[in-house]
Amino acid sequence: MHIHEYQAKTLFSYKHIQIPKGILIDSTAKASSACKALGGDVWVVKAQVHAGGRGKGGGVVLCRSVEEVERACGQLLGSQLITPQTDAKGLPVGQLLIESGQNIKRELYLGLLIDRQTQKITVLASTEGGMDIEKVASETPDKIIKFGIDPLGSLSVQNCTFLAEKLELNAELTKQFNNTLLGLYEIFTQKDVNLIEINPLIVTHQNQLLALDGKIDFDDNALYRHEDIAKLRDISQENEKERLASEYQLNYISLDGTIGCMVNGAGLAMATMDLIEHFGGSPANFLDVGGGTTADRVAKAFELIQTEANVKGILVNIFGGIVRCDLIAQGILQAIETVGLTLPIVVRLEGTNAPEGLDLLSKSKFNIHVESDLTKAAIKIVELTK
Amino acid sequence: MSILIDKNTRVITQGFTGKQGTFHSEQSIAYGTQFVGGVTPNKGGQKHLDLPVFNTVTGAMDETNANASMIYVPPQFAYASILEAIEAQMPIIACITEGIPVQDMLKIKAILKTSNSILIGPNCPGVITPDECKLGIMPGNIHQAGSVGVISRSGTLTYEAVHQTTQAGLGQSTCIGIGGDPIQGMSFIDCLALFEADPKTKSIIMVGEIGGSAEEEAAEYIKSHVSKPVVSYIAGLSAPKGKRMGHAGAVISAGTGKAIDKINALRKVGVAIAPTPATMGETLLEVLA
Repeated sequence: MHIHEYQAKTLFSYKHIQIPKGILIDSTAKASSACKALGGDVWVVKAQVHAGGRGKGGGVVLCRSVEEVERACGQLLGSQLITPQTDAKGLPVGQLLIESGQNIKRELYLGLLIDRQTQKITVLASTEGGMDIEKVASETPDKIIKFGIDPLGSLSVQNCTFLAEKLELNAELTKQFNNTLLGLYEIFTQKDVNLIEINPLIVTHQNQLLALDGKIDFDDNALYRHEDIAKLRDISQENEKERLASEYQLNYISLDGTIGCMVNGAGLAMATMDLIEHFGGSPANFLDVGGGTTADRVAKAFELIQTEANVKGILVNIFGGIVRCDLIAQGILQAIETVGLTLPIVVRLEGTNAPEGLDLLSKSKFNIHVESDLTKAAIKIVELTK
Repeated sequence: MSILIDKNTRVITQGFTGKQGTFHSEQSIAYGTQFVGGVTPNKGGQKHLDLPVFNTVTGAMDETNANASMIYVPPQFAYASILEAIEAQMPIIACITEGIPVQDMLKIKAILKTSNSILIGPNCPGVITPDECKLGIMPGNIHQAGSVGVISRSGTLTYEAVHQTTQAGLGQSTCIGIGGDPIQGMSFIDCLALFEADPKTKSIIMVGEIGGSAEEEAAEYIKSHVSKPVVSYIAGLSAPKGKRMGHAGAVISAGTGKAIDKINALRKVGVAIAPTPATMGETLLEVLA
């Protein structure tokens, strides 16, 4: 689960990580009083959306007068912000963070993540902050300092100091850096974080270390033990269909293609998409209906697929193992009836009682093409949706 | 011979009396697995499926000499259950549970390294040696004793590989679902090493998917340590970047974990790549011809 920058910064401040002064607003009318309260004569208006690359998308605006702040707020609030990391529709901007402008001497990067290869929580630090860190990592990997932490141990002040030295920080800044890194590590381990980063972590001309931005991605599987974090969820930033699907315990991801997919198992669902592309089609979605595959869930799945405007046909691919294929076939028929599905459907069933299941489907009154061969099924649905 | 489990393996279930634990224990018993009991805290002393129930794994091992456990407990209790099995020095542990917090698994993984236990999963179908022992949720009837070792990060794709090798008349020596989570017990490399040493295994199918670099690491290992033919299918060529494709571990992030990079790495070391999920058996037959 992602949270907004302002929420991340609140969590930072609980750990005494220094952040710029800022005020969150949700209407332009509040802009001028926010500027007054912050003081100074330079402000930054930052759109609160769950995506990176906000600067490139025009979601971070530097303003030198209250009028400029108001203009930026007027343009951003209520708009859809498109960044290199969003889809073409962008994300709705409902809140803005107005911050005092900072004088920046240096921009650093500091983050923690789970390194799957070393199986450790790993600190990433770089003197090349403010940039796209993925680009830095791929083009100049020597500019990224990595430090792995023993999962059964913890992060010592000495190792923070070691990293501060690598970042060429002086004694005063090292103290602030150690405090910042230990704070991030505490949030990471106490709140089941997948990724936490400050980019950029700036050094000001006043010799102060400030978290200019903040990003945190939490482990969905651990939200049950962090009520405080679960409350930070903002559903306006989520894909409506994916959110609905998760309420039915369906794993759903919207894509741009024309062939709706309904599959049991995540790996097979992905492989089915690959197969459609292999034969020249394009998948409209990823959908894992899970092991149960009851009529009710299949009906919900059909409903979701049908709401995708570009879908011209549906490929159902079920490997019935423990659940018998004839029962799955009955479920599919019931679901088609319930939903009133009219799109052409190709059903591939394999596994226990597959012939009985396919027989049931082909004898039905609906326009269903049945196949036990996965390749033929994929070719068929591509043909039908051309 | 086979790897990990065989007809002499003595199996218990942790989470024995729950709905999932009961159903899959029944299936496993029906398959012919040597089942010796199960564990459910506070239900010790009772009988379930005509087998003894114990309060603890240690208690079950003392009484039954069990040497393999399958775990069906909800994710919030999985950490404690796996840890209990490791502390009891259970040799083989298969954890089926999906949705365990990653940081719980980080700790488990570190503890495993100092133990004698082998963990399969979590978020996996388990492991099966056809006609001998079924430690997991896979449909037994699609398997056939034979010569192909199957390793996979995905449950249903394992079944596809199994089905296709059965159709091809090759059958399977042992099939291991290593699971779809970012941090797992057994890795591809651990399984490859066992299959390479197993005389019954003549060839290997390895099913990978997007996310992480386990396939690239496996390719490095195959280059110098695996002499048996390996066929691989990698799911996710069509997957968009940054989206978690069902499995917690199946995500392309920070430019890593792409299917094409995995395919290229495997191809480079002589692994035959099945172009589609429907042609794993076919590709293997071509390699063996």
